[in-house]
This record gives sequence, C-alpha cells and structure tokens, in this order.
Amino acid sequence: MKPSIQIDGKPIPFAEGQTIMEAATAAGVYIPHLCHNPEFEPHGSCKLCTVRVNGRNCSACTFPAADGQEVLNDTAELNELRRTITELLFVEGNHLCPSCEKSGNCQLQAAAYFLGMVDAHFPFFYPARELDGSHPDILLDRDRCIFCELCVRASRDVDGKNVFAIGGRGIDSRLIVNSPSGRLADTPVAATDKAAQVCPVGAILVKRRGFEIPIGERIYDRHTIAEESLEREEPIVESRHD
Amino acid sequence: MERDENERRIVAGIVENHGRDAHRLLSILREVQRELRHISPRAQQTVAEALGVCVTQVRSVVEFYGFLSAAPLGKFDIRISDSITDHMLGSRDIAAYLCRALAVRPGETRRDGRVSLALTSCTGLCEQGPAGLINGYAIPRLTPERVDRIVELINNDTPLGDWPGEFFAVEENIRLADRLLGNPVRPGTPLERVLAQGREAIFKEIETSQLRGRGGAGFNTAWKWRFCYEGPEEVAVCPPGQPAAQAERYVVCNADEGEPGTFKDRILLQSHADQVFEGMTVCAHLVGAKQGFLYLRGEYLYLYDRLEAVLAARRRGGLLGKNILGQEGFDFDIEIRLGAGAYICGEESALIESLEGKRGVPRNRPPYPVTHGYLGKPTVVNNVETFFAAAAITLHGGEWFASVGTEKSKGTKLLSICGDCSRSGIYEYPFGVTIARILEDCGAANALGVQIGGPSGTLISDKEFDRRLAYEDLATGGSFIVFNRTRDVIEVARNFTQFFAHESCGFCTPCRVGTSLLRNLLDKIAEGHGATGDLAELSRLGRFVRGASHCGLGQTAANPILSTLERYPEIYQARLKTIDFEPGFDLDGALATARRLSGRDDANAHLSQS
Repeated sequence: MKPSIQIDGKPIPFAEGQTIMEAATAAGVYIPHLCHNPEFEPHGSCKLCTVRVNGRNCSACTFPAADGQEVLNDTAELNELRRTITELLFVEGNHLCPSCEKSGNCQLQAAAYFLGMVDAHFPFFYPARELDGSHPDILLDRDRCIFCELCVRASRDVDGKNVFAIGGRGIDSRLIVNSPSGRLADTPVAATDKAAQVCPVGAILVKRRGFEIPIGERIYDRHTIAEESLEREEPIVESRHD
Repeated sequence: MERDENERRIVAGIVENHGRDAHRLLSILREVQRELRHISPRAQQTVAEALGVCVTQVRSVVEFYGFLSAAPLGKFDIRISDSITDHMLGSRDIAAYLCRALAVRPGETRRDGRVSLALTSCTGLCEQGPAGLINGYAIPRLTPERVDRIVELINNDTPLGDWPGEFFAVEENIRLADRLLGNPVRPGTPLERVLAQGREAIFKEIETSQLRGRGGAGFNTAWKWRFCYEGPEEVAVCPPGQPAAQAERYVVCNADEGEPGTFKDRILLQSHADQVFEGMTVCAHLVGAKQGFLYLRGEYLYLYDRLEAVLAARRRGGLLGKNILGQEGFDFDIEIRLGAGAYICGEESALIESLEGKRGVPRNRPPYPVTHGYLGKPTVVNNVETFFAAAAITLHGGEWFASVGTEKSKGTKLLSICGDCSRSGIYEYPFGVTIARILEDCGAANALGVQIGGPSGTLISDKEFDRRLAYEDLATGGSFIVFNRTRDVIEVARNFTQFFAHESCGFCTPCRVGTSLLRNLLDKIAEGHGATGDLAELSRLGRFVRGASHCGLGQTAANPILSTLERYPEIYQARLKTIDFEPGFDLDGALATARRLSGRDDANAHLSQS
C-alpha cells in the first residue's frame, strides 16, 4: 500500500518527504498560494495555502504529508480566510492594478479573482515606501511588494548574488538591497537573473518590456490561477521527486 | 577622516574579539552600539566585511531589534516602559515631564547629542514602576523628584557609574514561598544525585514529577528532554557507530521574559541563579549537551555581571566546565547571550534564530527545535522557572513535587502579581488555587478583572474569580495583573493591542497586517468614532488573526480584544455612536484648517456627521 492523505475526502498518494502542497500539486489538486513556488525552498509566510490538517490550521507548503492525514482545502471557511489574506495584502501596500504593467500576469491579482475578492474591505494603509529606479534595466517598486521573499531566495539560491533581504520589523518591514548605498544600481543584479524574473507581483519589473503582450491576452486573462499553477508546477514537483 | 578610521578600528576590534563569528552578530552589534552610541551604515559595512557576510544581513538585524539604532542616540539614552502597569503608575506623565525638563521629544536625540528618549515595551519592573532604562540599565520607581535628580545628573554630564546606586536598586518582593522558593537547593547537590543515581533514574524522577514547561505552553519536560536525548533519526543513525548521546546537543534557558506583567524570572535570576544553572547542567547531563546558553532579555542587562560571577564561581567549584564534579567526560558550560528588545525572541524558534545572529523570525514547524534547533542540532529550550524547578526535583524527587497541584498540573507555580493590589510581588502557589484566594492574599479589593498570563492570556471578569489556576482551567506563564473598577478595559485592550502590533515580526501576512488593522480599528472605537458594524468587524478580524497566524504571537494577539469583547460588551457598546456606519475620521474636524484660512466659523461652515 502506498501511503496517502485525504484532501477534502479524496485519497491522494504521496512520496516520503513530500509536503501536503507537493502531494496535492502532483495529484492535480490546487491549493492557493503566493509565496510558494516549487522551484524554491518553501517559505510559509503568506499563509494563503492554509489548510486544516486533523483539525489544525497549517501551511500546506511547509507541512509534511503523513499517512492517513485528513486535510481540508476547498472549504468555504478556508477560502474566506484566504480571501481575507489577499485583502490584507492589497491594503498594506499601494497596488494600482489598472495601471500596473503586471496586470493580467500578476499572481496576487489572479489569486484575488480566484478567491472572489470584490473590494479591499479594510481601510488602506497608504504606506510611504521608497521606489528604486536606479538600475538601468530593473525597476524596484516597494509599494507592490508582498514579502514573499521569492527574489531573496532566487538571488541567494539560484543567482548566487544575495541581492535582496527583508529589513525593518512588523508592518514597517521592507525589501532592502545589498549594496553600500542600498541602491539596486550598485548591485550585480541583471535583468536576466532569476531574481528579476520571479516576482509574482509588480514589485520587481524588467524595464522596457511594458505591455509586450497586450492586456486581454495575458496569462490570467485566459486561465485561472488554479489552471495555470497546476500546469506549470506539476512537472516541477514531479521532476523534484523522481 | 581620522574619526572614520578610528570608528573602523573600534568596530574591527569588536568583531575580532568575537572570533569573527557571524553567529555572534547580535552581541557584536550590541557592543558596537555601546561604544559608538549607534550602528551607522558605515559601521554596518565594516561589520559585514569583517565577518564576510552581506551588508543586508547586518542591516536587517539592526533594523529588527528595538534597542539597536542606525541613527545616533544620546550619550544618555533613556527608555520609558510603556506597559499597562507602568501607565497605571503614571509613566506617561513621567515621560512627558522628562521630555519637558530635558527639552527632547519622544523618539528623538537632543541636538547636542547628550540625551535621547523613547518609549519601550514592558521592562519587567511592573511592581516597581513607572520604570525605565538608562543606557540599558533598569531604573525603577521614577518619581518627579527622582526625575529632577536625573535631569540634573544628565545636564552636569555625570557618568552613569557615579549616579547614586539607589537609583538602580531593584527589589526582590518575594511574598509567598511554597516548596520551591521555600527549599532552595545547595549548589552541586542535585548534580551529585545525578551522578550517584545515573541518567535513567533521574529521567524517571523528572517524569514522575510531571513537570510541564513554565513558559506558558506547558509541554511535558521529561518528554522534551527525552526527545532531545534520542534525537532525530538521522542523528541516531549517523555518524555510524557513535552512540546518539555523542552528537552535539544544546541546552538553552529562555530568559527573554517579555510578556507584560511578568517578572518572576527576573527574581529567580537575581536571587536563585545558581539553582537555574544547576537545572540546566542536570538537563545537559541527561540529554548529552556540552554547550548551554542563557538567552537574557536586553532589559535585564543589569543582571549580566552578577550572572557572569555566578557562572565563574560554578566553574571554580567544578560545577561547570570540564569533568564536572570529577566525572570524566561530563563537560558542560554556559554562555550568556543578551537580546536587544524584541518580544518575539521569547518564542523558542525565534530565540534560536536570534542566537544564530539573525532576525528573530519564528521558524516553520515541524521540525521542532528539540530535534532541529540551534545550528540544526537537537536543542532543549526551557523557561528559567522550569530549570529552577528541575534542579529541586532532581534533589527531592518527583513525588515530592507531584504531591501538590491538580491532576494535569502538578506542583507549584510562581506568579508575578502587580496592578491594583497592595502587596505586589512574587507568590508561589500549588496549581489549583482559586483567583479569589490570590486576590485576597495580594490585597486586591474592588477588582474589576484580572489579566492572567499577560496580554497573550485572558482577561477574566469579577464574575469568574472562583476559577482556578491550572492547565485544566486558566493556564499561565506567570503574569497576573489586577485591574480595579476605576480602570477602563478598552484602554487596557488598546495598550495590549498596540504592544502586539509593535512586536509583530512581520513574517506572515495575517499577523503583520492583521495586528495593525486591529490596532487601528480599536483606536477608532476608543476615540468615539465606532459604530455597531465596527464591533462585529473587530471580532471577525480578531478570530481571523488568531486562526491564520504563523506563531504564538499572532495566534494570541487578538486575545485582549476578544476576551474583553466577550466579557464587557456593554462597555464597548457605550463607546459607540448609534449609527450603523461611521467613518474613521472626524469630518467636521477635518474642515478646521479651511475654516481658519477662510476666517469663517458660522453654522454653515460646519458639517454634522450623524
């Protein structure tokens, strides 16, 4: 007998060492997520992938699958919790979807649509965050950062450059840049780096690429984030555990 | 230029003294700040280069900890405790008085660089407040007279070492002793028993005692130690041929007593440090650890030298170091590491991150610290009181301890009692004691409610004083704050909510954003702009933050709001405007500038909101 977990009552097989997220993705079950990307070490910070494991809330991206686990994923209660998280992410930054180049390719926006978020619900924070346009090829707009740390992980683990980190504390957290001046121009980051490509929102944008693909033909204009995630992430999960 | 070079030399020297060990980053930065009164961007760069780490690693640590500063602080750096108990004793008035007398604003450094002043989270001197810190050293009982003397000393530039010693005298205030405080152990006697009886027999005693961790979570101590001893599978298996107990293990004493209203660990470390270290050493022998850490909160800096002296005496007495009590291969030593103003570092995995020289962000679990802790090695993290109790249990036996208490909560518990009572201080009670009995003992008449277990615990009302202190009913880490009928429970909840928003590490979305939203919404209600819908929203948001957050901080941050909403709905109701919706700002007030500019103040220049 292969070990398996139950997700919403459906048996899902898993391999030893897999997380709940990996088992689900391999089986074609979508669990909403933002800070998780199967190409990197799990992080567990956005909490969008919160599932109920044997009665307790856990992050599916970091929690190990164990034989016989009963997992709740697609429930009204959990989806409401996830919708609230997307609302929180929208009000803590300054997100300007209609004018953002990332619109239609943005995972935050797509997750919000998927979860049925229709307004921000909470009062906006309107933070004053510093924009860094110093780099010739890359724009860093901290207003759109959601602290998923994918750029931090990509720069450290793939590019080997350690360009990004999180500074500050609590609601004053912010993305900081590894150079004596603190400016992006004074780092070795390049537009071809993984760190410049991986941002799920519009915080790190490669310059002079604006609207290459017209709005209406972008990723999430044609597919839900669930479809797109499973299609892209399944092969990665499979190759990792082959 | 010469100054720059001098600064560089000082910083490089400090890094050198710490063996260029990046795990000691927090200690290094504390020292740099002590020498240079801040950690400038240039100093951060020097530290990074000397350690061979990214400057972002240094910068992110400087920015995370409340006591570290990238901007210059005053030669005399004053921090006034902003805890609710200090408020009740007049800390805000004292802070305002100090600011006026010193001509400095909160959060500011005076132009001449002589003095800076800021508010800080609870300093752990709740029963002798209003309290503060000067250059990190605790200064209790601030009165206007004392403040006048302080201002004089600062203006005369009198070095801190020449200030009257009484200013820094911290009282003990032990009011009621039971079997632990009443039977302090003689140094070395528990260890002698360990060596005479052997590991398994002592494990058995700890097991029989049913001691649960005294930090609040209440995990079974014997199990924790056993899991650490056995280690994770990979430690048990490799290196092959080596017994599990030979792999590296660590014992950490969590002395980051940051829960507002608790100070019993402070008193244990002040008066019974030997017994705490003894408990750590017993644990080290049982689990096979060679290295221990006492993680001491920055607010208790004044204890540092005394604790070092106790450690030195223990080394001289053969109770620490190599071949303890002459036993070949029983090697263990303890190092003290200071925190730097971050409540979250009381969470065990955040504490370990901090020990490793990082920001105090709680780790994902599993794996748990007991198998993958400091440097990824099996690590026991226990509270000060747990080690203190373990030493006594080792000497007197598990039965001695377990013979009092309740079924699921054996033994006694130390409480730090403060707030509206005539005899604040430390009390030791067997578990199962009623709240009414405690209130009587500490001289709390006319109590409206009691905050049990600090802000992360519960505020119980006067209708519940027959409840009992025990894991079966009211669990507690030891904080016990009494509020009488003159207190405003919304202000209490507000102080606690602001505290959590300030101390959230920012790692996970629900806590980072949720605690700030809770704070803002409660402010709106407290300031008289709340409507019925806001109460429903407060409760919904509170339950969301509780259920969705990553660690204990977020999971308990809404407790002050949720427990007061449940118990005192009428107090919240009375504060509301009667309409269904009310904006978060004063419409008429917002027009004040326009009225002033236009010189109008007639009826038509005003807008009504209801």
